[in-house]
Amino acid sequence: MSVVKVDSVTKTFARGNVTALENIDLELEPGEFVSLIGPSGCGKSTLLRIIGDLTPPSSGTVTVNGKPARQARNDGDYGIVFQDSVLFDWRTVSKNIALPLEMLGWDRDRRKARVEEMLDLVELRGFADHHPWQLSGGMQQRVSIARALAFEPALLLMDEPFGALDEMTRERLNLELLSIWEKLGSTVVFVTHSISEAVFLSTRVVVMSPRPGRIAGIVPIDMPFPRTVETREDPRFFELVTKVRELLRKRGEHLLPEEAAELL
Amino acid sequence: MLRRVFTVAAAVLALIGFWELYRWIWTTTGWTWPFVVDDTSMPHVWTIFKAFGQPTQVNQPALITILFHKSLFTGKEALVGFAVGAVVGFAIGIALAHSRLLQRGFLPYIVASQTIPILAIAPMVVVWVNPKLPGPLQGWGAVAVIASYLTFFPVTINTLRGLRSADPRALELMRTYAASRWTVLWKLRVPASLPYVFAALKLAATASVVGAIIGELPSGLQDGLGGAIINFNQYYSFEPQELWATNVVAAALGILFFLAVVGAERIVVRRAPENVA
Repeated sequence: MSVVKVDSVTKTFARGNVTALENIDLELEPGEFVSLIGPSGCGKSTLLRIIGDLTPPSSGTVTVNGKPARQARNDGDYGIVFQDSVLFDWRTVSKNIALPLEMLGWDRDRRKARVEEMLDLVELRGFADHHPWQLSGGMQQRVSIARALAFEPALLLMDEPFGALDEMTRERLNLELLSIWEKLGSTVVFVTHSISEAVFLSTRVVVMSPRPGRIAGIVPIDMPFPRTVETREDPRFFELVTKVRELLRKRGEHLLPEEAAELL
Repeated sequence: MLRRVFTVAAAVLALIGFWELYRWIWTTTGWTWPFVVDDTSMPHVWTIFKAFGQPTQVNQPALITILFHKSLFTGKEALVGFAVGAVVGFAIGIALAHSRLLQRGFLPYIVASQTIPILAIAPMVVVWVNPKLPGPLQGWGAVAVIASYLTFFPVTINTLRGLRSADPRALELMRTYAASRWTVLWKLRVPASLPYVFAALKLAATASVVGAIIGELPSGLQDGLGGAIINFNQYYSFEPQELWATNVVAAALGILFFLAVVGAERIVVRRAPENVA
């Protein structure tokens, strides 16, 4: 059974009569790491929000874990990470990670045990009692990831989670994210602006084009895991980056799926 | 901390210095603009402070003792008024934040309530409230209600604003947890509103003291600072230092209230230093 099934989803915004997404079909198998990449206005964030039932589609359906997206959200089937960490200033790192667990009604001991596991996972054990503003941007985003994963959701939605970080921090967090993903085996939908980030992390890269937002092509990333620093220097890595880049360059032209396939 | 104490002491000394210098220049030059400076309009600072140690009438305790007891009385009224105003103001803020309809219907009246001078309302409050109060609250209870009338307003307005200040993405995060309205209120909106609420509480703290003093006037209460001010007003041309001394005590009481709120804020609001109002 697929974890996410997007079935001919279209989204038009009444204001300005903009077609953000047109006829999107996408299916994610369990354990996949899928990146959505495209220029601004291609609707990649909108698609992520529709999967998370934060924005309703104008037509079409989204199924998560075999349930309608609304029910999946109410059941807490996914964790989400935004571009900003969105941590609560008045809570310590531990309490921020515990937030979704409180919502789920976990008792104190169970919360404490899980928070400690998560702190180990994102390597922030020494910062449990710090407040968010005492952490660097990269550390804040790690707390945000720990919070999203704390209740072990089957699906992790990430909306440009490392977009606000510097290149070096970003590459380190990419490695960390992959090791977490390999450990937990969750399915990830990852929105990004960075081609190399998308290729490095993903099992598949979904390239989108704007006006109206469409899937221009899907690039399977056939590089082995675990991926390391050397992966970025592999000739195959450059080939795949080039493939994605060429698909992106065709933006604005209305590609038919066959044309897109030729490009690959 | 020591540095802080030093700064405050320096500021007080500078103020005293300015007072005396102004006095000295105006009396030696004989300037009369904007007002004639003499021992009645501007008594010496030391005259004012000397007045604290002297009884106002024979066989009475020193002025400072009398003012101390009176400020306890006014402080009690102000404290209860502040607490009632803060709680009611916060509750109204929460109610209005949750209903556009309530907000549109009631906010204009809440604003209008503050345009009526408190001196005009005070006698009515005394007449209405006093008969309903149990024995121990008689008299000063009505004054506390008048003080709360001044304090609730800033708290309501800032609570309303503060509850809306929650980060939209944080609200979205709560949606992904399928959080109920109540959960969002207690876990997100209220904590997010606290810097705003405390900014209002600081205003309310000083306003409650002013409200208590003014409330005492139409109540005919002699036990508080308001009564003392009315009393010393009548003797101002003979003994201005007594009214000035009372003003100093009233100001000190207001500052004490203010500092208490600042202290509470330090404990309650855990926020990045730059985000503390």
